[in-house]
Amino acid sequence: MGWILPEGFSTFAGDIDFLYYVVLVVTGIAFVIVELGIVIFLFKYRHRPGQKAHYTHGNNTAEVIWTAIPAVTVVVLGLMSGGLWAEIKGHESAPAGSIPYAVDGRQFEWNVTYAGLDGQLGTGDDFVVRNQLHVPVNQPVVLQLSAEDVIHSFFVPAFRVKQDAVPGMTIPVWFEATQTGEYEIACAELCGLGHYRMRAMVTVHTAEDFQQWVADQSAD
Amino acid sequence: MATSALPHADAHGHEHDLSFIRKYIFSTDHKIIGIQFLLLSLIGLFIGGLLAITLRWQLGFPGEAIPGGGILPETMAPGGILLPEFYNSLVTMHGTFMVFFAIMPLLVGVFGNYLIPLKIGAPDMAFPRLNMWSFWIALPATVLMISGFFMAGGHAAAGWTAYAPLSANPEWTGVSGGQKVWLLSIAILGMSSILGATNYITTVVNLRAPGMTWFRLPLSIWALFLTSILVLLAIPILSGAAIMLYFDQTIGTHFFDALDGGQPLLWQHLFWYFGHPEVYILILPAMGFVSDIISNNSRKPVFGYHSMIFAMLAIMGLGWIVWGHHMFQSGMNPALGTTFMVSTLLIAVPSAIKTFNWMGTMWRGNIRLNVPMLNAVAFVAMFVIGGLSGVFMAVTPVDIYIHDTYFIVAHIHYVLFGGSLFALFAAITFWYPKMFGRMMNSMIGKVHFWLTFLFYNLTFWPMHNLGIGGHMRRIYDPSEYEFLQPLQGMNTFITISAILLLTTQMLFALNFIMSWFNGEKASDNPWKDNGVEWTTPSPPPHGNFPTVPIVYRGPYEFSSPLVEEDFLPQTRKLEGDQEPGAAQNEGDR
Amino acid sequence: MRGFVLAATMVAFMACGGGDGGDGGESGTAAAAAAAPLGNGSITGVIHFEGMAPSNPTIDMAEEAECAEKHMGQPIDPVVTVTDGMLANVFIRVTGGLPAGPYPMPSQPARIDQDGCLYHPRVLGVMVGQDLEITNSDPLLHNIKAVPTENRPFNISQPTDGMTTTRTFNTPEIMVPLECNVHGWMNAYIGVVEHPYFAVSGADGAFNIAGLPDGTYQIEAWHETLGTQTGEVTITGGAGSIEFTFSGA
Repeated sequence: MGWILPEGFSTFAGDIDFLYYVVLVVTGIAFVIVELGIVIFLFKYRHRPGQKAHYTHGNNTAEVIWTAIPAVTVVVLGLMSGGLWAEIKGHESAPAGSIPYAVDGRQFEWNVTYAGLDGQLGTGDDFVVRNQLHVPVNQPVVLQLSAEDVIHSFFVPAFRVKQDAVPGMTIPVWFEATQTGEYEIACAELCGLGHYRMRAMVTVHTAEDFQQWVADQSAD
Repeated sequence: MATSALPHADAHGHEHDLSFIRKYIFSTDHKIIGIQFLLLSLIGLFIGGLLAITLRWQLGFPGEAIPGGGILPETMAPGGILLPEFYNSLVTMHGTFMVFFAIMPLLVGVFGNYLIPLKIGAPDMAFPRLNMWSFWIALPATVLMISGFFMAGGHAAAGWTAYAPLSANPEWTGVSGGQKVWLLSIAILGMSSILGATNYITTVVNLRAPGMTWFRLPLSIWALFLTSILVLLAIPILSGAAIMLYFDQTIGTHFFDALDGGQPLLWQHLFWYFGHPEVYILILPAMGFVSDIISNNSRKPVFGYHSMIFAMLAIMGLGWIVWGHHMFQSGMNPALGTTFMVSTLLIAVPSAIKTFNWMGTMWRGNIRLNVPMLNAVAFVAMFVIGGLSGVFMAVTPVDIYIHDTYFIVAHIHYVLFGGSLFALFAAITFWYPKMFGRMMNSMIGKVHFWLTFLFYNLTFWPMHNLGIGGHMRRIYDPSEYEFLQPLQGMNTFITISAILLLTTQMLFALNFIMSWFNGEKASDNPWKDNGVEWTTPSPPPHGNFPTVPIVYRGPYEFSSPLVEEDFLPQTRKLEGDQEPGAAQNEGDR
Repeated sequence: MRGFVLAATMVAFMACGGGDGGDGGESGTAAAAAAAPLGNGSITGVIHFEGMAPSNPTIDMAEEAECAEKHMGQPIDPVVTVTDGMLANVFIRVTGGLPAGPYPMPSQPARIDQDGCLYHPRVLGVMVGQDLEITNSDPLLHNIKAVPTENRPFNISQPTDGMTTTRTFNTPEIMVPLECNVHGWMNAYIGVVEHPYFAVSGADGAFNIAGLPDGTYQIEAWHETLGTQTGEVTITGGAGSIEFTFSGA
């Protein structure tokens, strides 16, 4: 709660959270300096009889300092972030061997196509389940994300995954879950009156349980 | 040549023969037009606030009937309980009214109109009739926008950002007329803004009084001038996009419809290419007013006047190349995520420069904590929070998590309310005496300020925490999600704070109205300011100045060693001051 | 300037003018006074199904517990409902041979319910201007999206158990599809007819259209996947009967 992120359960959640905390500290320092400065100035320089203001138009050294420090800070933040962004969202960033899925959003549900026992999408043993994404733990998966009608957004807070699903586009989204359990999927782009209810579940299985689940579904 | 052509007030002798209608309704006087915009925008602000409270009710007390909800029709709130589609509409219209019908006209329509001629020493705008059109186009646009609430299917419900395809086809929202009317109103309002911008730019370039060189212009005028350039360049993009979307809705084009070869992302690019400069339109004038007011009440020159201008220019320039940061998760090429991250991080720098310069202005000053100063300092303190929260979003991997959550909502409101609106409270209070010839009541003003500051922070600060918890935006009923249920208490707390916040604004409204009739009569220069507008009566006569003002110095000569008083007006001539050359428009001196 | 206000107002009216089909707006009352019935005769009949009934799709209600509970076993989407060779959910109406109107408006509103995440009934007839009451009997959000081509579309939500909305249709249309977008499998079909001489076949395939005088009438029978068939029936002495046979899709 507060400014502490809820726990993350994917391989890159930790990296994202780390960047968040770095920004939190940096902006926190700036926040304290500015707000404290304002309060101190308001007190220290409040009008008192006989007080005169110090007549000055500025100070170039000060300008240079308070331009350079923010500039350097943001450049460093940028350098720290670019790599992670490419790793998560870059073209072809899904690790080799990621298990393929197709996730199709439409008002107001997510339909997940599983590759089935052969592990290939687009073959005869594929099957579709509504609002349920089952994945094995500690294995990367890649979802081909699409939308049927309007823009939706596939958001799994616990994995720090978010990607807009856009009609006419198929967008790959990958992650690797690090703990078994159930995690909620939310829609994060206003998509109509049922937007608030476009909820689905990720179930992270052990590898054996996942194989069993796929087999059970395929048998139906 | 502008200087020799400036007429005298008595050349307008015919003014005394003008009917009430020509003087106060269809007026070409920039001051009247400014006040007309003020009244219209305050109504827009009130509507925006009401819409916010209504949607906040649902978030704070989900599924409970809203008090007084009985007046709402069954299609919006049967039994007073909001329907999801009405909630989406409320969210959409709250944003729409606040951005287009409150903050923008308040900053640009009111103060651009009122201040520019007065502060540069001109008798009126360059194009007074065009100015009148600007208001009289804005008014029907407002009426048209309000009419959407009464349409079958309800008002627009695709967000103030109107993303396609949701907004392009009534099939997805059930909203037909409302969404069309929204686009038409925005396009018409855009014309009003474009006319205004043309007028402001021309006026500032051509009608400055002798001696009012570029680098003697107050920062409020610099800000309004630069904002007008942004308006002129950005609004037509919105208008064009709105027309394209309107065609998608009505005549069967498919610009944004993937099912027929269009591109939903095209809307986002067009909208945000306008939308990002738009947010600088919504903050720059506020920054300008605050500079004037902080300098005045610190009795000190603005610290780093030239840096302030440079920073505004940097914001203006960089503001054109950051729009993609609204689209990091949109599905656009991820390589663009990196480029837009860089430009977005950079734009933090000029805002930092300005913040430190405001602090530098207060440093070693002789600070008067009157109502304008309280609000202006609050601007700095709150805007900085909004700016800092922006850094989180700029870092693209972090944005993956916080995009479309309440963290963004917190950011928006810290810069727009904490920033622009506090600056507006400061500016309205500061220039009220000049506009109406009376002072606003200071005690009410201070009570309003402190209560607003308190409730505002109680309302919007927790939204950062909601966002960190993953709470999405535009969600009618968060209790559908288990991970959001622990945050319900915070939602209720925010709603209660918001209700108290809105109620507190009645104090401002009361002060505004009462002071108009009963306020202490204002002298020409109640704040002991240096600006040219304070050399005329409060309120100024038609034509503003009996003779052309002559300007000898910059606007921030407070506590100057040259004089005993702690202020030195721009137009006051001291021994040794040079008369400005006849060709004052050539170059900058 | 006044021109602008006028123009803006006109534009607003144009924008809300919308479709030609008049309004599928809320609560038009079944106010047309019940005219006297045209006659006392009726058309009865059955709808047969020949051959192997196609299997209906199953519905995955795993993520909608409150609806899944209302079904014993696996929920099915009843697209083709065949019981002992009889076909249900066929919409039968008179298309010709009627005397001139006005026609008596049914005294009750038509009713459709969203229950167990399915529309009940699946196929329904209403008369032009007759109230259609739509109820949500599930404790969760449903929306009702009507996608007509002749009438005005609507899309409204009912988030709570027991909510009811009333709509009317002003133009004859065969058939107006109803959807729920929260549950994509939910479908219903409304036949909007200018007169009240229509019926829907039950599980036993039987139907009955009453209130007609003796005479010869053209009949059309519509099924959502099995097509449309026509026929002719003559009522003599107050009774007439016709049968249709549909076969596997």
